[in-house]
Amino acid sequence: MKGFRLDRLPGLAVLSAPLVWAVLFLFIPYLIIFTYSFWLKKYPTFIPAFQFGNYAQIFADPQYYQVLLRTGKIALMVTGLSLLLAYPFAYFLVFKVKSSRVRSLLYMAVIAPLWVSYLLRAYIWKTILGSEGVLNSFLVWTGILSAPTDLLLYNQFSMVVTLTYIFIPFMVMPIFTALEKIPRNLVEAAGDLGVPPWGTLAKVIWPLSLPGVIAGATFTFCLTFGDFIAPMLVGGPDGVMIANVITSQYGAALNWPLGSALAVVLLIIVLVIIELSDRLQRKDRIGLG
Amino acid sequence: MIQALNNTLFRRLGAGVFVTMIASILAFLYLPVIVLIVFSFNDSSSLTLPLSGFTWKWYQSVFANEDLLRALRNSFYVASLATVLTLVIGVPAAFALDRLNFPGKTLFRRLVLLPLVLPGIITGISMLNLFKLMGFNLSLETVIIGHATALLSVVVTQVFARLQRLSRSYEEAAADLGAKPWETFFLVILPNIRSAMIGSALLSFTLSFDEIPVTFFLTGRDNTLPMYIWSTMRRGLTPEINAVGTLIIAASLVLIVLSVSLLKADDER
Repeated sequence: MKGFRLDRLPGLAVLSAPLVWAVLFLFIPYLIIFTYSFWLKKYPTFIPAFQFGNYAQIFADPQYYQVLLRTGKIALMVTGLSLLLAYPFAYFLVFKVKSSRVRSLLYMAVIAPLWVSYLLRAYIWKTILGSEGVLNSFLVWTGILSAPTDLLLYNQFSMVVTLTYIFIPFMVMPIFTALEKIPRNLVEAAGDLGVPPWGTLAKVIWPLSLPGVIAGATFTFCLTFGDFIAPMLVGGPDGVMIANVITSQYGAALNWPLGSALAVVLLIIVLVIIELSDRLQRKDRIGLG
Repeated sequence: MIQALNNTLFRRLGAGVFVTMIASILAFLYLPVIVLIVFSFNDSSSLTLPLSGFTWKWYQSVFANEDLLRALRNSFYVASLATVLTLVIGVPAAFALDRLNFPGKTLFRRLVLLPLVLPGIITGISMLNLFKLMGFNLSLETVIIGHATALLSVVVTQVFARLQRLSRSYEEAAADLGAKPWETFFLVILPNIRSAMIGSALLSFTLSFDEIPVTFFLTGRDNTLPMYIWSTMRRGLTPEINAVGTLIIAASLVLIVLSVSLLKADDER
């Protein structure tokens, strides 16, 4: 067979630009972060060293590990809330909406906000939840509140609402795909055997949709975990997340080594979660044959 | 009989619950957008209810705002060049991942796809480190390189998926008919992956236009539109931002329709 031969000179030509790019702008920069994370801060700059002081500081100083814990907590809340909203929605679309036109229209309606600026989606909630915002003025105008409340904005509540709003399409997409793949005859068989709808959902549909749930939860969790724009806009003093601390180490605090160590920790957490979720999904797939 | 009645009742109730739920999720997603748009036409500088009257003045002030227009131009410049770069680097990268075997392929794949899953801040600071070390001044051009690197993964995944579905027999036929490898690449393969290229180009343009985390670390004195809006926002909220937002939403709508019809054209082929 005279196949397509790109393994000689043209192959090199195709590969060279991407390879140079990947080494120069991906591999080396990651290596630099990793290297910096062992360096020492020495005002006004920093000096090469090999020591674990930056990492020790992250796990010894409550200021840092508490931010990590809080980031995890907020990411979990956003993931949970998104799942709570997205799953019934996707379930309804796949199993209850009869017309495929309506189904794809409703699906598009949830995905479309992804194309609308991320920043705007965070900004909208700032204008809605603020003490001089839309919701407050509405509540005062209608007489539900006598004076505006500042309980709505600049706290973890506003962060969770905003981040859920921003990232929920990432939860809907994989769950929808997973539900669509479930063979209808399995659901019908359960019904024929006298299993009530809730039983079918719990024993047939939910287990089969788990890979989609895991994928959606991973996206939502990781995206929230690394976010620093929403906390700056709608988070208050108790809304500082890990990426905000990294930003300040690279900005005002001018401690790049510590910032790099934090970035390495963030990177490892995200990579471990992705690896775990990958394995879980693979296990599920094998389990189902 | 009672059982049947119960079942019907249950089903009615269930349907009611579901419809309410769908409606409330759509309200959660779209009410805020409506609020944004409504206040861009509201004749008051504070964003509070009740509405005070209709005006175009926020749009007029947007089009008279020199800083904003400059930021808009910068964004077009950055997004266009970043998109071209992602295609120039991304298409060959996807091609290499699909059709070539070379040492370090796994590492290469992981590196290229990493920005897809990593928070933007990591890409931002890692490239900031590099540029500072190389002694580059931060500018729109460093932002372009940052965006291209972050969005490379978008093009690579889409084009790679398309290449995998593309039958090898076309290339073999071309080769059998005496086409040189580069001829096969440009005349057979590229036309066949055109819709994936256009689709991913649209996507990476949109994402670059909207990008903040990488831009935040890599920009010099010049601002892109999202960075400009953001800095305005931190000073205070004005309906002018709502007007810009409404315009951005309108532009996004055009892009959505465009990409959906592109995908449809692809399905019909």
